[in-house]
Amino acid sequence: MAQQEREPASDGRTDRSLTMSRAMVEAIAHEMREDDDVFYMGEDVADYGGIFDSTDGLLEEFGYERIMDVPISETAYIGAAVGAAQAGMRPIAELMFVDFFGVGMDQIYNQMAKNTYMSGGSVSVPMVLTAAVGGTYNDAAQHSQTLYGTFAHLPGMKVVVPSTAYDAKGLMHNAIRDDDPVVYLFHKRLMGIGWMPAPDGPKTGVPEDEYTIPFGSADVKREGADVTVVTLGLHVHRALEAAESLADDGIDVEVIDLRTLVPLDTETIADSVAKTGRLVVVDEDYRSFGVTGEIVASVVEAEGGLADLEAVERVAVPDVPIPYARPMENEVIPDADDVENAIRDVHASE
Amino acid sequence: MVSVNELQSMYENMVTARHYEERLQEEYLEGKQPAFDISAGPIPGELHLAAGHEASGAGVCQHLRDDDTVTAPHRPHHIAIAKGVDLKRMTAEIFGRETGLSKGKGGHMHLFDPEVNFACSGIIAEGCPPAVGAGLAAKKRNTDSVAVAFLGEGAIDQGAFLESLNMASVQNLPVVFVVEDNDWAISMPKHRITDVANGARRADGFDMPGERVDADDAVAVYEAARAAVGRARDRNGPSLLEVQVHRRMGHFMGDPEGYRPDEDKAAAERRDSIERLEADLRGHDVDDETIDDLRDRAHERVEEAIEWAKDQPEPEPADAYEDVFVNPASGVTDSEPSVAETGGDD
Ligand SMILES: Cc1ncc(C[n+]2csc(CCOP(=O)(O)OP(=O)(O)O)c2C)c(N)n1
Repeated sequence: MAQQEREPASDGRTDRSLTMSRAMVEAIAHEMREDDDVFYMGEDVADYGGIFDSTDGLLEEFGYERIMDVPISETAYIGAAVGAAQAGMRPIAELMFVDFFGVGMDQIYNQMAKNTYMSGGSVSVPMVLTAAVGGTYNDAAQHSQTLYGTFAHLPGMKVVVPSTAYDAKGLMHNAIRDDDPVVYLFHKRLMGIGWMPAPDGPKTGVPEDEYTIPFGSADVKREGADVTVVTLGLHVHRALEAAESLADDGIDVEVIDLRTLVPLDTETIADSVAKTGRLVVVDEDYRSFGVTGEIVASVVEAEGGLADLEAVERVAVPDVPIPYARPMENEVIPDADDVENAIRDVHASE
Repeated sequence: MVSVNELQSMYENMVTARHYEERLQEEYLEGKQPAFDISAGPIPGELHLAAGHEASGAGVCQHLRDDDTVTAPHRPHHIAIAKGVDLKRMTAEIFGRETGLSKGKGGHMHLFDPEVNFACSGIIAEGCPPAVGAGLAAKKRNTDSVAVAFLGEGAIDQGAFLESLNMASVQNLPVVFVVEDNDWAISMPKHRITDVANGARRADGFDMPGERVDADDAVAVYEAARAAVGRARDRNGPSLLEVQVHRRMGHFMGDPEGYRPDEDKAAAERRDSIERLEADLRGHDVDDETIDDLRDRAHERVEEAIEWAKDQPEPEPADAYEDVFVNPASGVTDSEPSVAETGGDD
């Protein structure tokens, strides 16, 4: 299992900055060159290059046999990835939007996720399921979810959520090499697609060499003494924005990017809360029974965690489907102001 | 034989739908200039326009009544117009306004008009099972209403479609499945995703009639749909129709269509079902003045709807918490849920 961190040979220093999609594609191309068993299946991944640029340019190098357009039959092609993986290949299957998971869900959670366990470990399923997630562009209830918590809840899948180009590449190398099924959820707003401008943060320096980022290692994006913010995906950038704005008011915020939900780096979170005593969890998934509750529970369960914790707030999508019209979508998807208000609240509470 | 009145009615629906899509395209792209930014401009979200699909909606819906159910896919406008969906409120919905069909919650892929039993869904082929359910309700309640599920040719490889064919067949339900074949599923040409060029042949496996209308021709669609809808209404069971249409625009607005040969697009524009129907009208001695009047009236109706919609207020942020069974906490950080039960409006 590829769980050791592998630093880039260049030491990580680079002048080259890439969008998140370019970084993700670079890792896929590298793995495809190294290993003939790696191939990519999805709708519109060949000529189109992925609706969200997830396979942009790969067709030219690898051809239709390895960058495979497939029928709009999620059950069949996700299940085919499971079967090919069990036969020893390393397929990557793409769900165009995570919201479509319902169509192929049995293959995902009853086959892909459980076959290793049900076979007593005699079967491995070394595949990656990629999917675009997230809202902020008014695509309404069937095309705007993240569903982070759903995949993390069901046992048997590793769940990866990159927030920067650097992480997207390292995590993708790791995901393809992993001998277990990995769900790799990329946020549309972070990819750097021409028609959906990304915020400033996700475009980062990316070394040309290969490197891996171990699953279960959260990244402290910003150190701070007063309040811990734990988040992932797009909201890493919104939390950093809130933190910068609060710095002017003398509130010193620590921002933790989870990077993977399964495995979850509970230690980094607990250590931070031991320092700050105040916790805000920010998530673009539904509030109830999800990521935010899980993070709070993990802190409470950690040794001394309950004693450390002086104040908690959750910032998440309230339990409604994502509405279409702008004023309503803006209302339910947390923005930097929402995060800022929550931080102020926990900071001010006795 | 189709009557002159029916030809005129189809023509009116088709020119309304075409003008509607052309005007929405303009409105949508306005504000997304110079660089296309999906989140800018007066119409939010994705937009899948149906210019070139008109013959299918008009030819089939000509046989339907308000109490017949229609489910449409992500490219629904021409079908909604032919089914008689309230154009003003539909337009307000597409503009994300408070007086829209769904008060701004649904948008262009999720239009619901219970007055005429119309609904659509953005998940490929997932409108088929609810259409089967509408057929089941008609059968159980002993009415003669029927249900029609529209879908694209890319959707017929989906389990939901094939399972629905089987269920409708074995239960002998009054359902018609209408496949709109525009040759493309986003960037994927039909031959890449199925070996069966004639999608109506899927019907053979379920022992139901299957017919393909090869020309983009409203009258031919009308004739084929008459048989299929009639069969359903007479309680003789389901049918499958595949209808050749053409995609005159990108899959969605902003689609660069780099995958599409120029000649394919040019051919789609040449095979114009509206021009063909105009010729049919003339063949029935309808003069140019009448045709012009029909077109002008249709354009006027579209302009009125768009003007009205743009004048409507946007919803309030807090409206997001309505229409869900249990009101959640209002505000992303509030932790006090309200206890009110809401459910539907009635
Ligand atoms: C289950 C599911 N998979 C994929 C998609 C993404 N998607 C939206 S439209 C489309 C192509 C549909 O092609 P077709 O059915 O031929 O209809 P057309 O768009 O050509 O009218 C795809 C793949 C989706 N909405 N739902």
